[in-house]
Amino acid sequence: MSLSATTAPPSPSAPPPTPPRRRSRAITLNRLDLKLSPYLYIAPFFVIFGIFGFYPMLRTAWMSLHDWNLIGDHTFIGFDNYTRLFGDEYFWNATINTFGIFFLSTIPQLLLALFLATMLNRTFLRARTLFRMAIFMPNVVSVAAVAIVFGMLFQRDFGLINWMLSLVGVDAVDWDAQKWSSWTAIASMVNWRWTGYNTLILLAGMQAIPKDLYEAAAIDGANQWKQFWKITLPMLTPTFVFVVTLSTIGGLQLFTEPLVFANGNIIGGDQREFQTLAMYMYELGIENLSTAGYGAAVAWAMFVMIALVSLVNFLLVRRSVK
Amino acid sequence: MSVTTRRNRFAVAALAAVTAIGGLAACGKDDDAKESGGKPSKLVVDTFGEFGYDEIVKQYEKDTGIKVELRKTAQLNEYRPKVVRALATGKGAADVTALEEGILNEFKTNPANWADLAPLIADHSKEYLPWKWELGKAADGRLIGLPTDVGSLAVCYRKDLFAAAKLPTERDQVAALWPDWNAFIETGKKYRAATNKGLIDSVTTAASAVMVQQGGDLFYDKEDNVVADKSAAVKTAWDTAVAMSDAKISSKSATWSPEWSAGFKQGTFAATFCPSWMLGIVADNSGPENKGKWDVAPVPGGAGNWGGSWLAVPTQSKFPKEAAKLAEYLTNAKSQVEAFKLKGPLPTNLEALKNPDFTGYTNEYFSGAPTGKIFGESVEKIQPLHLGPKHQAIKENAFEPALRSYENGQSPKDKAWEQFQKDAKTQGAF
Repeated sequence: MSLSATTAPPSPSAPPPTPPRRRSRAITLNRLDLKLSPYLYIAPFFVIFGIFGFYPMLRTAWMSLHDWNLIGDHTFIGFDNYTRLFGDEYFWNATINTFGIFFLSTIPQLLLALFLATMLNRTFLRARTLFRMAIFMPNVVSVAAVAIVFGMLFQRDFGLINWMLSLVGVDAVDWDAQKWSSWTAIASMVNWRWTGYNTLILLAGMQAIPKDLYEAAAIDGANQWKQFWKITLPMLTPTFVFVVTLSTIGGLQLFTEPLVFANGNIIGGDQREFQTLAMYMYELGIENLSTAGYGAAVAWAMFVMIALVSLVNFLLVRRSVK
Repeated sequence: MSVTTRRNRFAVAALAAVTAIGGLAACGKDDDAKESGGKPSKLVVDTFGEFGYDEIVKQYEKDTGIKVELRKTAQLNEYRPKVVRALATGKGAADVTALEEGILNEFKTNPANWADLAPLIADHSKEYLPWKWELGKAADGRLIGLPTDVGSLAVCYRKDLFAAAKLPTERDQVAALWPDWNAFIETGKKYRAATNKGLIDSVTTAASAVMVQQGGDLFYDKEDNVVADKSAAVKTAWDTAVAMSDAKISSKSATWSPEWSAGFKQGTFAATFCPSWMLGIVADNSGPENKGKWDVAPVPGGAGNWGGSWLAVPTQSKFPKEAAKLAEYLTNAKSQVEAFKLKGPLPTNLEALKNPDFTGYTNEYFSGAPTGKIFGESVEKIQPLHLGPKHQAIKENAFEPALRSYENGQSPKDKAWEQFQKDAKTQGAF
């Protein structure tokens, strides 16, 4: 039905009252359909996000303003939990650990992913599909299994890594006793698991770049390296921003790998060498029943940090790749 | 997204699902749990480690027609968050929930979460170790836990490794090696000299043993103030552990770590401290190939209580009366003897402790050691301990990490002590 019908005035030879009402009802329905149905189609996401994403966030914010005992009383204390964060040595320790592991895992991981994606994008590579599938395999493995296996590799007494080090005359390293060694061990788990995933996303981005650009560049005499630098990277920017943002969110929320590496002890090493922010939040919020409100404050501090780092990454990546 | 929000998310998801499906879901659930006349068709029991209930509940099912679902969690530090979650959300707690002594006091601070068992079952107050029975009561007087087992102490040692180090291997001679802790350290030095390995798994297991032997106040005083800096028991345990560390008699394998589990099989250490419930864990970690190589000897410094649990009924259980009856059944004399034979938890029921099946029991895996006799004799000497609300957290997140960081050379003695003091206060805040 055309839209003009809705605005057409009733004809002078007025028909009996019911048909026009019926017709106008149909028209109203139709109008509603046009206006509302798009919202209905996208509603499931917003309903689900509201229930599972937004409500918990608000609830956590509400908790963070309380002295909240998980199995007991709640007292409103305003922003005390947030001011307490600034003087909390362990909070800053966890922040440093989180960022340390984040840099150790994200930077090599993205460089490697970029390299692998470029290789997989080459047309002369045989059995490309096989390699593309294989590279994704680590991501399918359960994170706890990865952490357990790597925990065994990095074991002090009978671990494979220490055994290999002993072959070249290096003393056994007590991996979970120092910051640098525990961060390296945990970052290696993250790298192993996520490099393939990022490779595939970058590869998809590369495939979307029109081939004629390369052909034109080749005719103009640009070599592979120059093509990569002048065509691939700039055209890849949106994909790269996406990958960096994903890595930031994942990296700053690191939890399972360090926890399993610490044999399930939430403080992450005897001197909290590798306790991440997520672990510290869990320690306060769940382990330590009486400080759930403070744990919620840590959760919100994490949220702000992730938002800020994502923003910085976004700006950096956009500028440098331009 | 944070874990906190993820947990909330789950609760909300469950709620949404229930609301969406409406009364139908609710009905289905009720039918599952309830038979006509309000009698449950099924009761759920939550335990951690090994309680040895597998056979006992089969008999209960036959007698009562009520099915029992045993939900086991391997480690206490995985188990506790599950209980917390169930209490915090008011959903998902088992009808019968086991509470370990390290976490019992924490849960006792909110007694309203637990049913008062006294009116639901017969009076058993005279049938158990008196102090154990008393600890099952909350501050408001309600009986929230029925005693299952106690820890009691012994030393598990490897005969083959002792022989290799030219130490005696017979139980009585081994006991004579260490009348006290100084003698124990001397033995450790001899073992180190002969094998260049640590005698014990870690100084923290030793420290736990020493601490519980001292009795009295540990990390808390009777008013539940943290007194980790003043407590004599804690200081003695700390000093003994430091002396052991200086004498290099441990293999530095933190309990539950991969080094620790592998160490049993590989023989990186020759002895560990065994509360009765630990026997099953030693056997499982060492595997069938080491059967008969382990033995059990008395601990230096006399009896002590390490570990032990109670069975409680959460108020959110739909069938508190039947659940209480089940807890009563699981903790009676007969069940306690059977559980001991199966997995090693030491009885608290006085009749069970006198039962010839218990006193005469020998453990085949541990070279036929008379574990019934060894543990049975020490159990009545145990002094009651007062563990404050956050005992377990202080022990695992403050005391032991500080000791290990000294042993690993990460911090000097006084620095480690300071670390322990600081963490004890924050962990102990309630």
